Amino acid sequence: MSNGGSSNRLRVADLGRIDRTRPLSFTFNGTRYAGFEGDTLASALLANGVRLVGRSARYHRCRGIVSAGAEEPNALVQLEAAARTEPNQRATQVLLYDGLVASSQNCWPSVGFDIGAVNETLSRVLPAGFQYKTFMWPASGWMTYERFIRRAACLGRAPKVADPDRYAHRHAHCDVLVCGAGPAGLAAALAAARGGARVILADEGREVGGSLLGERAQVNRDDATRWVQEVATELKSTPGVRVLLRSQVAALWDHNIATVVEQVGSGGPVAAHLPRQRLWKIRAREIVVATGAIERSIAFGDNDLPGVMLAGSARTYLNRHGVQPGRRAVVFTNNDSAYHAALDLHRSGVEVSAIIDARPEPSGSAFEAAIAAGIKVHAGHGVLRVLGGSTVRAALVAPIDASGRAANDARGSAFPVEGDTLLVSGGWNPAVHLWSQARGKLKFDEALATFVPDTANRPPPHIRCVGSAAGAFQLADCVVQGLAAGRAAASDAGLGRSPTMFPPLIERETGCPPLPVWQVDYPEAHRYKRFLDLQNDVTVADVELAAREGYRSVEHLKRYTTLGMGTDQGKLSNISGLAILAGAIDTPIAQVGTTTFRPPWTPVTLGAIAGPVTGIAVDPLRRTPMDGWHAANGAVFINTGLWRRAQLYRRGRESDLDAVNREVRAVRGGVGLVDISTLGKIDLKGRDCAEFLQRVYINNFATLAIGRCRHGVMLREDGMVFDDGTVTRLGECHYLMTTTTANAAAVLSRLEYLLQVEWPDLDVYLTSVTEHWAAMALAGPRSRAVLQKVVDIDVSDAGLAYMAYCECQVAGVPARVFRISFSGERSYEINVPAGHGRAVWEAMMAAGAPEGLIAYGTEAMGVMRIEKGHFVVGPEADGRTTPDDLGLHRMVRKDGDFIGRRSLSKPGLAAEDRPQMVGLVPVHAREPIPRGSMLVVEPRQVTPYPMEGFVASTCFSPTVGCSIALALVSRGHLRKGQRLWAMSPLMRMSIEVEVVDPVFVDPAGDRLRG
Amino acid sequence: MLLIACPYCGPRDQVEYSYGGDANVRRPADPSASTDAEWSAYLNERGNPAGEHDELWQHAMGCRRWIAVRRNTLTHEVVSARTLKPVAST
Repeated sequence: MSNGGSSNRLRVADLGRIDRTRPLSFTFNGTRYAGFEGDTLASALLANGVRLVGRSARYHRCRGIVSAGAEEPNALVQLEAAARTEPNQRATQVLLYDGLVASSQNCWPSVGFDIGAVNETLSRVLPAGFQYKTFMWPASGWMTYERFIRRAACLGRAPKVADPDRYAHRHAHCDVLVCGAGPAGLAAALAAARGGARVILADEGREVGGSLLGERAQVNRDDATRWVQEVATELKSTPGVRVLLRSQVAALWDHNIATVVEQVGSGGPVAAHLPRQRLWKIRAREIVVATGAIERSIAFGDNDLPGVMLAGSARTYLNRHGVQPGRRAVVFTNNDSAYHAALDLHRSGVEVSAIIDARPEPSGSAFEAAIAAGIKVHAGHGVLRVLGGSTVRAALVAPIDASGRAANDARGSAFPVEGDTLLVSGGWNPAVHLWSQARGKLKFDEALATFVPDTANRPPPHIRCVGSAAGAFQLADCVVQGLAAGRAAASDAGLGRSPTMFPPLIERETGCPPLPVWQVDYPEAHRYKRFLDLQNDVTVADVELAAREGYRSVEHLKRYTTLGMGTDQGKLSNISGLAILAGAIDTPIAQVGTTTFRPPWTPVTLGAIAGPVTGIAVDPLRRTPMDGWHAANGAVFINTGLWRRAQLYRRGRESDLDAVNREVRAVRGGVGLVDISTLGKIDLKGRDCAEFLQRVYINNFATLAIGRCRHGVMLREDGMVFDDGTVTRLGECHYLMTTTTANAAAVLSRLEYLLQVEWPDLDVYLTSVTEHWAAMALAGPRSRAVLQKVVDIDVSDAGLAYMAYCECQVAGVPARVFRISFSGERSYEINVPAGHGRAVWEAMMAAGAPEGLIAYGTEAMGVMRIEKGHFVVGPEADGRTTPDDLGLHRMVRKDGDFIGRRSLSKPGLAAEDRPQMVGLVPVHAREPIPRGSMLVVEPRQVTPYPMEGFVASTCFSPTVGCSIALALVSRGHLRKGQRLWAMSPLMRMSIEVEVVDPVFVDPAGDRLRG
Repeated sequence: MLLIACPYCGPRDQVEYSYGGDANVRRPADPSASTDAEWSAYLNERGNPAGEHDELWQHAMGCRRWIAVRRNTLTHEVVSARTLKPVAST
């Protein structure tokens, strides 16, 4: 590592808003440099004379800093290293801090010697759309090409390890949000604040002032920055006003939501208690867009050489950072603004060799000042190309006409103008990005030769666009517009009329209108690259080629040439590119139009978008009241939706399958306890509950007596099974419904819809009580013996019959006990208030120990329901099955309407060849039925196989002693005894299976009752 | 993000609501009286207007009431948001 010296040789004394008492040290491409507090990385590099900051995307040409803001296409750096590394950071917006480390991105092995530069000699074979033309054939080659293309792309590297920083989200509301704190934005914020509005003023800079910080404007016959300071002070002291600095308004969304990304701190690492960035979601009653304007370049030969810079940006570096862009500057312009840059540079000691003005007869105050200062002006001239090797040495200048065309003998009449820096101004484009995101329309302004907001044509509600973002390029106009917009916004936000504010005194400039020269053309121009898009290496020739090939739509042009893509999204290049396109296809620019402006304004890190919602905070984890017991007793958990449930309990070194088999055998042979708290529970009260249930279930609930339970199936209106569960009548007008775990929320919402929208006359009140109750099922032949020990009532068949319900005390806790079975065994479902869940569970385990009570998980429960032939919502009831398909035809009520009934008689749902639920066993008992297999008649035919059905659920059944499955098979009910093949191409298995009844265990149901 | 004024709770962000489809579609009083074609139309056919549209939304993360929202599908303007009561009485 060499020390590049703290020379700051291009730094000017007594100029700029940097703090010379606070020197900072930083490293760029391995070399140490010095800068000052208040510098950006770009200004510090310029001060140190560093011109070469990167290589271009396609040709790997040397590139330097061209701008001073968000539009920077070249100076993209990889910031810091390892976990905190950030790619594609614009050096123009990175605030300098002590110890900063950055490097160039698109170069290997170094920015000075780059192997990819060979691409330039190949540029004839890398024309517009070359990716599309070159890498498409053979199609299979893309896999290889893609790796190559990605490596050659110009962007940086994402970090490979987790981000150690925190990111915060904040929501805020305000009356008036002002986007941009330049002259117009400051005026708007001030007027709105004086009108009593709650104001948020957001700006991407580290201090307010915007363009005024980089110019030497006068307000109230004093330095404009003094006015900025006064406004800032007043805003700071006004209650209800918040100024967000280093905060880009990244996006405007519907109904006045703005996304603002705030860089916390003043550059560099943040204190441990602070987030690195804060993403604000701001809902504003009124929004004022005051985002300023972006200077554009002009296309001439080799206009990408380091040392070519936008004139306004050079002015900003001088006045804001005290940095001269070079020692000797050539200025090329088609408008007045570059004269101010030239004058400022001249006054600071930079030699201005000449101003090359495309306009034949420039005039006005700036022009006269330049002449008075002794600066030479070549009016009606243009720069044909830059002369120089790795940096600017001179500009080759010749007379041009109003369209930018030099004479045919341009070479003869051309002369060099020497300088180490070439400053360009091709005019200004309003930053209409936010306005357009909010669906504001644009119109082409011929005088300004650019697109400006069309505020008269159905403007988006509650949004105003002011200042140079609206096409006002006189400072006086910007301030007046800002004041008016701020006042009107406060008024529209409901704060009444506020006092009229008199604008500060600002002298108007006289000037000469810009001349829309987009490129300098002459017969030999094609021999030199004239760049439009510096980030993507798109030249005038590329756009003209695309136009010749028929890409006349600006959106197609963008995709084909990559003009305006990348991290800068063409902030510098878009308007020039479409002007060249308009010229090539001989269409007015207004008709060519612009590409769509999409959020964000500048790239937003994924960290800011995710905010605190990472890791365990992504979703809440729902735990049942007995969760702690499961964890302490070897449970293997599985997440079902947001719930985590005990899937099985491992003992010693047994395998998972052994554990499940053990649990199933224990329940079938003795007794087990399972946590079913996750089932949805809905409490229904009201006079019309019975009628309501009758309308939502396919079976009969009119006859359900108090103290009895019944299984119910719900359909969707299209006749497909939606959900199932049990309903217990707790009282005359009081029912408890259970739903599946997964559908609990959907069923509640659906029932609310029916009661509120379709049948508001029914007197039914719904309450979700899922979380109120801990629920467990005690199942197995010895379940009654266990329950009897902890309950205060008689739970014999006489005391609590199958499908009966009672309220009692279990382990001293008030409980609801339902004699319902899912396993096929004698079973009791016990609900106790959630807070008592674990105590009751533990009391039950203790009381059951002598009977051999074990806890079992969802896996054993699943095996037993397959053995019993119970469908579940998901595998069997997959949204395509009717009650009849699932063998529930006897359950369907004969009379009356219910949701879905009408659909059941539609021809498609009554067809005979529908898939129907059946059981499967392997013909050779040792073979497992593969999961998800398809069922075919003949496995040795050619694909595609005619499919007879598919396996919905399969497991090893310890009760049956072999693999079993539930399947949906065409005409399945008629195929019992037939053989099919279960094929799983994924598992490369096909085994022969026999179609059987889906109930494998206790088809008569004796065990339920006995 | 849309701002919908729940007639029960006041203006709330869109994230608190869930969308429930065309507010003008109602279940036939006697489905058994409808032909297959009529029933299919009720089940499947919905307008897709470019402009103002009456929609059902449920304030799912709030009062859980279903409400009728008139929204412009072109501009996302929420023209009105009201209770369903007048609909029920007609």
